[in-house]
Amino acid sequence: MVSTNSATSTPVPGMAVGIHGVSHRFLLEDQPLPVLDNVSLEVAPGEFVALLGPSGCGKSTLLRLLAGLDQPTEGRVLGDGEDIQAPDPSRVLVFQDPTLYPWRTVQANVALGLEARGLLKTHGYRVAEAIRLVGLAGFETAYPHQLSGGMAQRVALARALVNDPRLLLLDEPLGKLDSLTRLSMQGELVSLWQRSGLTALLVTHDVEEALILAQRVIVFSPRPARIAAEIVVDRPYPRHRDDPHLVELRRQALSVLGLEN
Amino acid sequence: MSASGLSIAAPREKVASTGVFWLGGFLAAGAWLAAALVTTLLPDEIEVGRTLELGLLAGAIAGVLLLLAIGSSSLGEAGLKLRRTAPWATVLALGLIAWEWLTAKSGTLPLPFFASPQGLLEVYLEDWPRLGESVLRSLWLLLSGYAIGAFAGFVAGVALGWSKAIGYWVHPVLRLIGPLPATAWLPIAFFAFPSSGSASTFLVALATWFPVTVLTWSGVASVNRNYYDIARTLGASQSFLVLKVAIPAALPQVFVGLFMGLGASFSVLVVAEMLGVKAGLGWYLQWAQGWAAYGNMYAALVVMALMCSGLTTLLFRGRDRLLAWQKGTVRW
Repeated sequence: MVSTNSATSTPVPGMAVGIHGVSHRFLLEDQPLPVLDNVSLEVAPGEFVALLGPSGCGKSTLLRLLAGLDQPTEGRVLGDGEDIQAPDPSRVLVFQDPTLYPWRTVQANVALGLEARGLLKTHGYRVAEAIRLVGLAGFETAYPHQLSGGMAQRVALARALVNDPRLLLLDEPLGKLDSLTRLSMQGELVSLWQRSGLTALLVTHDVEEALILAQRVIVFSPRPARIAAEIVVDRPYPRHRDDPHLVELRRQALSVLGLEN
Repeated sequence: MSASGLSIAAPREKVASTGVFWLGGFLAAGAWLAAALVTTLLPDEIEVGRTLELGLLAGAIAGVLLLLAIGSSSLGEAGLKLRRTAPWATVLALGLIAWEWLTAKSGTLPLPFFASPQGLLEVYLEDWPRLGESVLRSLWLLLSGYAIGAFAGFVAGVALGWSKAIGYWVHPVLRLIGPLPATAWLPIAFFAFPSSGSASTFLVALATWFPVTVLTWSGVASVNRNYYDIARTLGASQSFLVLKVAIPAALPQVFVGLFMGLGASFSVLVVAEMLGVKAGLGWYLQWAQGWAAYGNMYAALVVMALMCSGLTTLLFRGRDRLLAWQKGTVRW
């Protein structure tokens, strides 16, 4: 793997992701519960791919495997051609809940990754950069309970970006936001991804969100998750919801999910 | 997006304060003046001495209140805070009058079981060296035992919450020994330890240890798992997870444990001092009772209440500083 130059401020290319024949099971009351069934997927560096599927189908499990938080029962997950065996700051996860540490200010929350790796002294300036990038300059000393849902999620995003990741794993990051905040943050996610050139994987159960954001939408079946379809969204950004091509793709995706009309 | 989501803490409610003068202050001053007059002018049914001093004290309080009533508007924020104390200041004076009347003036509540206000004042004026030394001895015993118990409990709680192997060995011991009141160890402690002082320190530490351990443990065990996942993906080591994630997340619970431990340590302190240690407020209480010096006993009780309340206040102050990020916590 490329040495982790994640602490430098020069733009790094996105990470190539390989998922080869991955199956995963949980033990639920000693019964194996299959959640992923022979999933294979290649993601090119710098690509934005959405994983779409019904709630609880196992999409989030796939992200945890890619983050290195869990190991697959079968198959291999690869980052830049190497097996992913442990968490690494080059692959960061953003949850549906911002999961900010309530005892830390915005600034201290964003600084978490640098502090954990002992880089705060040398790279502390990146904290302010990341806060500015998500539009929260001026809120450095606020505590999480003083923030709105959208602002908290921006802090979570800044906390991920400050590590200069090469793979951004987004687990329904906009799922709990109100619809207006959601729309504006979708646009921001796209411009952030375009500027940074990193690889992004977005788990969502919102068909429209997947089509607005991603270059490719992978549609999953209900649990255990299999890849049911792959939809290439070949439209320039910024995209519009009423684009007839997107409307057609949306119909396709819904029919794969069995929700047509 | 707009920044309108930031909530600004509501400013502390201002007490409605109309007028330049503090009317409640005049009322309180009047009540204290009345107390001074009742004390000095009415004849004592029971002679205890120090009646004049008590009257002068009440008169002095009345004078201070009068000055504050006139000048409170120029004291700014402190003056406004002061105005809220008027009802209490008045009621305390009325209570003093009632107490004075029932004891010294009419003798309805007789000696030696009931002490008059001037009787208490006499204790403070004459026996303060012994009382002061008792306070210092109690404080030393309490604080050394509490510090040892709180530290040991904190470490044990974190270890229990973090390590399955340690949990395997410590949990059964905790379950068996923890709920046993620390005072039950008293007879053993007094012969197992070289001095009654070290035995009492051990007992106070033991009484503190149990609640601190259990609550620290439960705090560490109930930390949101995602906090760890986030830190791990950002490159955190094990020690970072313990020191920077588990412990800060558990601190609100730890303080509940410290609070409960403090209460337990007070009761063990008093019992230990009554039964074995030849110093401290518990011993003073016992000694006063032995001599039927009930006035001394009441005086010591008041001091003890102030001491316990003061220590609890200190603990809460510490919590408020450390846990300023929390919202909606109990005000002590």
